[in-house]
Amino acid sequence: MSGLRILVGCKRVIDYAVKVRVRPDKLGVVTEGVKHSMNPFDEIAVEEAVRLKEKKLASEIIVASCGPQQNQETLRTALAMGADKAIHVLVEDKDYSNLQPIHVSKLLAKIAAEEKVDIVLLGKQAIDDDCNQTGQMLAAILDWPQGTFASKVVKKDGSLDVTREVDGGLETINIKLPAVITTDLRLNEPRYATLPNIMKAKKKPLTTKKPSDYGVEIKSSHQVLSVEDPPTREAGQKVESVDLLVAKLKEAGFMKS
Amino acid sequence: MNNIISLDALSGILTCQAGCILGNLNDHVSQHNLIMPLDLGAKGSCHIGGNLATNAGGIRLLRYGSLHGSVLGLEAVLANGEILDCMSTLRKDNTGYDLKQLFIGSEGALGIITKAAILCPQKSNTVNLAFLGLDSFNDVLDVFRDSKKHLSEILSAFEFLDSESLKVCTSNLQLASPIAQHPFYILIETSGSNGTHDEEKLTQFLETLMTVGKVKDGTVAVDDKQMQHIWGLRERVAEALLHDGYCYKYDVSLPLHDFYNLVLDMRSRVGHKATRVVGYGHVGDGNLHLNITSPSYDEEVASLIEPFVYDWIAERRGSISAEHGLGFKKRHYIYHSKSRSAVAAMKAIKHLFDPNGILNPYKTLPDD
Repeated sequence: MSGLRILVGCKRVIDYAVKVRVRPDKLGVVTEGVKHSMNPFDEIAVEEAVRLKEKKLASEIIVASCGPQQNQETLRTALAMGADKAIHVLVEDKDYSNLQPIHVSKLLAKIAAEEKVDIVLLGKQAIDDDCNQTGQMLAAILDWPQGTFASKVVKKDGSLDVTREVDGGLETINIKLPAVITTDLRLNEPRYATLPNIMKAKKKPLTTKKPSDYGVEIKSSHQVLSVEDPPTREAGQKVESVDLLVAKLKEAGFMKS
Repeated sequence: MNNIISLDALSGILTCQAGCILGNLNDHVSQHNLIMPLDLGAKGSCHIGGNLATNAGGIRLLRYGSLHGSVLGLEAVLANGEILDCMSTLRKDNTGYDLKQLFIGSEGALGIITKAAILCPQKSNTVNLAFLGLDSFNDVLDVFRDSKKHLSEILSAFEFLDSESLKVCTSNLQLASPIAQHPFYILIETSGSNGTHDEEKLTQFLETLMTVGKVKDGTVAVDDKQMQHIWGLRERVAEALLHDGYCYKYDVSLPLHDFYNLVLDMRSRVGHKATRVVGYGHVGDGNLHLNITSPSYDEEVASLIEPFVYDWIAERRGSISAEHGLGFKKRHYIYHSKSRSAVAAMKAIKHLFDPNGILNPYKTLPDD
């Protein structure tokens, strides 16, 4: 009985609860000594894969992450949640600032082909760059159908019914396998990695590769010019009467005198 | 009276008026990489003056000590209207008797605290939280001893819950437990300045505990959301108990070797007459929160509990009120934890500060 083979992409990002600060050189944010964790949407992706395996619909879960050495912690967390093996595409710190969704999608495409997976599960976007591109680009490169912003995934015969969160509400589509799914918040509640599983995870295979192993060059086609804090919110003013409000609005140029 | 007067970021000394809300003070000092030395569930609404008057404890006492150590000075208004100025921002000052200590924990009976000077500890940039499942209370004590030894300076909180306390949260508040059911649970929090060092120390420690079987299951919070959830399981027990109807609350200090036996003895004593009997709390400080619930106030249950619980504690030289004070309800039980000579001296001090007995009468000290 062969079940689905699933590839899950995980990104290591600054923890959502951290107060982010702009670097003095204004070309990025401070990451040194700052708490990092798995991108919350990727946690949801790992959880969905593990649930498919628990339902005996999936037979193997491979997690992959592209980034510096510390990304291995993220992969270990995914293994502790229930993934079977991990692939770390090592991108050194100096190249990491050039890593873009276009490169990640090319790397994942190669891994998906090598590992002969049936589903690629990704978070819909990363909370640091909010790009929301990798899943879509990956589907295009592989020429696979995509179910993005998934809040429900049901396996059918050779296909998936994916319920998507869209502006108007929910849209359900049926896509043939193999397919790319990107996860939205309401898809599931990720489990805690428990100690026995954290210990077992240490024995699960984690292979380190380089982008060149997959024929991908991390060269960025754009350059960050500046990163700035949003303007500080000024305190509002309270006025005692409508007349005063009108006068103030005219003064500030929001109303014609 | 909710103004922050000053903050010396170098020494960590904060001076403020008594009406400042603890949570707001914490937010203010955290901008300078400091934290308030105490933390409790009510931080969003409690006043620092009240915290001082009740000598509030909380979950960080294990690491930062009690207010008797972190309060450097205070100002109080006495019963005759005189302003007693004991405001000082010095760590060391052995000039005369240390009057502020009388006011801390005085329950408003000696004067009204109006200002305070507090020593704030450094904010740790690395906090880790583990939630563990254990088979017996002896294992809880063993892990406590091991935590002090292996986690030592980074240990910042050590709390326990029995399975009944967790059940109250899962059934009354529909909170999910991160791990399977166990007879006992502990929360271990570490706070330090070096993330890599702390995580390594904690992970190695937990793995050893798992290997030798002292800990049966557990999880370590990977992000803030998980940390809030796990703390919620401990901090919301009191709230969850209220859903049962009426809650008989006891907050006691006991020697650790006898600690949980009070819960066991009480459970067999009230039997089916009560909805549940739970034990949880600051085991690291020897402080047990014993709570019993019934659908509504039941005279029979109440009489089974008191004075049995106080006698039980007195026999073991514990405190009938570790944090919650005596107030109106427990003042006549003071002799279960304090000697007659001590109470006589307290009455003399009360008479000195408040001869007409206008401050919080009928509270704290017994009639005879």
